[in-house]
Amino acid sequence: MFNSSLRQLGAVLRAKKISSVELTQLYLDRIARLNPALNAYITLDQEKSLAQARAADERLANGDATDLTGIPIAQKDIFCARGWLTTCGSKMLHNFVSPYDAHVISQFNDAGAVNLGKTNMDEFAMGSSNETSYYGAVKNPWDESRVPGGSSGGTAAAVAARLCAAATGTDTGGSIRQPAALCGISGLKPTYGVVSRYGMIAFASSLDQAGPMGRSAEDLALLLNTMAGFDERDSTSLQRDREDYARDLAQPLDGLRIGLPREFFAEGLSSDVAQAVEAAIAEYKKLGATVVEVSLPNSGLSVPVYYVLAPAEASSNLSRFDGVRYGHRAPDYGDLADMYEKSRAQGFGAEVKRRIMIGTYVLSHGYYDAYYLQAQKIRRLIAQDFTDAFRQCDVIMGPTSPSTAFKLGEKSDDPVQMYLSDIYTIAVNLAGLPGMSIPCGFGADNMPVGLQIIGNYFGEARMLNAAHQYQLATDWHSRTPQGCKETT
Amino acid sequence: MTWEIVIGLEVHAQLSTNSKIFCGASTAFGAEPNTQADAVSLALPGVLPVLNRGAVERAIKFGLATGAHIAPRSVFARKNYFYPDLPKGYQISQFDLPVVGNGALAIHVPASGKQAAYEKTVRITRAHLEEDAGKSLHEDFHGMTGIDLNRAGTPLLEIVSEPDMRSAAEAVAYAKTLHTLVRWIGICDGNMQEGSFRCDANVSVRHPGGELGTRREIKNLNSFRFLEQAINYEAQWQINTLENGDAIHQATVLFDPDSGETRMMRSKEEAHDYRYFPDPDLLPLDIAPQWIEEVRATLPELPQAKQARYVGELSLSAYDAGMLTASREMADFFETVLAAVPKDAKLCANWIIGELNAQLNRDGLDMAQCPITPQQLADILKRITDSTISNAGAKEVFRTMWDAMLKRGEFNSIIISAPSPQISASGSSNLTDVDAIIEARGLKQVSDSGAIEKIVDEIISANADKVAEYRSGKDKLFGFFVGLAMKASKGKANPAQLNDILKRKLNG
Repeated sequence: MFNSSLRQLGAVLRAKKISSVELTQLYLDRIARLNPALNAYITLDQEKSLAQARAADERLANGDATDLTGIPIAQKDIFCARGWLTTCGSKMLHNFVSPYDAHVISQFNDAGAVNLGKTNMDEFAMGSSNETSYYGAVKNPWDESRVPGGSSGGTAAAVAARLCAAATGTDTGGSIRQPAALCGISGLKPTYGVVSRYGMIAFASSLDQAGPMGRSAEDLALLLNTMAGFDERDSTSLQRDREDYARDLAQPLDGLRIGLPREFFAEGLSSDVAQAVEAAIAEYKKLGATVVEVSLPNSGLSVPVYYVLAPAEASSNLSRFDGVRYGHRAPDYGDLADMYEKSRAQGFGAEVKRRIMIGTYVLSHGYYDAYYLQAQKIRRLIAQDFTDAFRQCDVIMGPTSPSTAFKLGEKSDDPVQMYLSDIYTIAVNLAGLPGMSIPCGFGADNMPVGLQIIGNYFGEARMLNAAHQYQLATDWHSRTPQGCKETT
Repeated sequence: MTWEIVIGLEVHAQLSTNSKIFCGASTAFGAEPNTQADAVSLALPGVLPVLNRGAVERAIKFGLATGAHIAPRSVFARKNYFYPDLPKGYQISQFDLPVVGNGALAIHVPASGKQAAYEKTVRITRAHLEEDAGKSLHEDFHGMTGIDLNRAGTPLLEIVSEPDMRSAAEAVAYAKTLHTLVRWIGICDGNMQEGSFRCDANVSVRHPGGELGTRREIKNLNSFRFLEQAINYEAQWQINTLENGDAIHQATVLFDPDSGETRMMRSKEEAHDYRYFPDPDLLPLDIAPQWIEEVRATLPELPQAKQARYVGELSLSAYDAGMLTASREMADFFETVLAAVPKDAKLCANWIIGELNAQLNRDGLDMAQCPITPQQLADILKRITDSTISNAGAKEVFRTMWDAMLKRGEFNSIIISAPSPQISASGSSNLTDVDAIIEARGLKQVSDSGAIEKIVDEIISANADKVAEYRSGKDKLFGFFVGLAMKASKGKANPAQLNDILKRKLNG
């Protein structure tokens, strides 16, 4: 049951072979057994989950079920969900019970999906290892001494360990794709504006995008069908006709032109990752694709550009956490300034503070032009590189992350090393393009390797098609971590 | 040593939309604290701003009314600072690219002392859209501060002038003209007590023709009187400081209406670094030419255009034209009356500026609360022009009608106690209302020349001695005969007719 695809689960639910309440209970029991070691969830609420499951069973009985009705999924704790503790991985929001639903949450609720709980994450999505969470690090199900990646590390671990059928993530610089790669699952960051950001706690507004994480491209297509769509509450949400992201899954890949950016296969890439990615490209050729080398000459600037722009926006976005209206307020303080200082000093962790300070600095009088404006200009050049590259190819492929999952604590004292783990993913956010990661083998340490697929704007269906055909021909995506193989 | 005062104003006009600038919460004034603070107003985690189209339309209207450039693309920026009544920790405003660019406003500075009245044009640098903050309440919370976020997110248009004003009187004239304009074009209710129209004044002094002096900004002046007092105090303070050999340091100051003084709020060194940057939650505001034209079509004739037309086409004085365009309601009232009595613009103007204004003042009403309708006034004026009643009689009709309508407003009854006649409920053009009052009050003029001649003949024969005196050259006695005749006619004789007949008979 835990290895079933979403379509299979939907079919057995609609066939009444199992009820949503039974299925939900199976997942909750499994979470109870496996989650204490992995720490993939921050908040669980059996009563709420089972109440949703009961409602789903009624819909199933009434025959107005959708593809996802009754299926237990998990939500990254960055999404506000009414009545649920919503912490964003921070002490700052340790007591914040959201009074409203994010757009993504209400889309899943409307579809009748069951929310199993809120998954762990780097604090305010700032991190690439899930070690910055106030609620403790998440362990990689493939090796509990290693990180799951981040910031959607809880979701990636939960999907890999079959602690949910699928889940949501968000991706500002690689936060869906990098943990998907490190945990051996599939994850997709849509084109900026495809999924409403309403109710998703903002890190860097011009880069943040929610997307699905699951065990196969086919599952991702189903999830994206539910998540995507115009929402008037988000001014950056795009007004487009609804599309079925699963429509092209079955198309053969004959004639698919794959661009390989030479900058993605240069210094800094681990040889085991390079090997797995090259093997995947060879498989694509067998499936009928052709390969062309492309260049993204400015992509080397994407990490420094990102670490100007994302902290700049974050420094402003996180100003609302001031202890005045909700969230953490220091128990003892003198005057107003003291209340702000103490509440924020206590409520935010070190990485968040570092980024607030960087962001405040680059926006300051006298530095704005040299940093923020300059970074915006380079951002446009980076986007232009992709536009040029897509004249020669349909999708771009390469590694998701330069290495497989590293050890817990290995990079936590070296922010720059940590930032470099997103070197291949960040440019995609800066350009606003869709990108995904799918499992494509294992590295020297027997840890999963992710293949990154980058599409042109609104090229999600094409990317999913390419990923699905690969997954029909390979079985990397259905491998299960050793400790998680028990099934009931 | 002479000094010149240099003043620029920043006016915050609250735009008259029903909902806030970036969310659907109500903007109504006076609700219980925080009952109009929705998720966006509270800046809950994850909420996003969505621009109110009505606020943009009002900004466009203002730009068109001041002959300003409407930016085809403007940008919302975040102004970052911490304050408890600023829930997001930043205010969404416009910085580099405001929606309205260079414009201008012509002002009339009234006569004062030896200084005659004069006209002047004040340049407007820009006007931009932004959101208001909430309110911090420091009383009644036992040493703590209460926060009311009802006002947070209310749309404002910040209108920034060039430093073109040279006296408090000019600043007040500019502020008043702006105040009239924003109400005239319906973008702001102008209620200064409720904070819908607030002024900041940048004041500096210099020797005429010299470099601009260092300015100090007086914040949040919410009446024209305070604006004048504050500028005068501040300018004198700066002059005294400079004459004592001290320097002016750039600062923000507050005006204390009780002491009449300005006092330092913060120095330039203490000024915030607001770290402006484009708000990534909002797309650039693109205004297509077609939208501007649609808004232009809704723009009423502006006060200055009306004044010019009243003077040029209706031959009214500049003073009358200015009075009649003091508010949109006043001008609309005048034009409705005029439409019914088209040949007598001066008569209409006199009645509105004179009798009607006096009655409004007496009863403490403004034009919008005027109890009688323009049609009713027009009906009265028609009875003057057709000589049915005299001017004095018309005033009695007017006051009778006024009081009856006022009473009906209070008691919501169309039955008026005797001797006032019944007034038609609609207040529409129904001559029976006015005629009924004329009838009931016996105000109809005697315009029958036979009747007037009879009265005159009787007076002449009864006052032979005075007639003789008059005929021997004592012209002043003419008034004496008019008085007698009027008395004899119980005030109803048509004065012009009476004069003619009397003159003819006395001289003949």
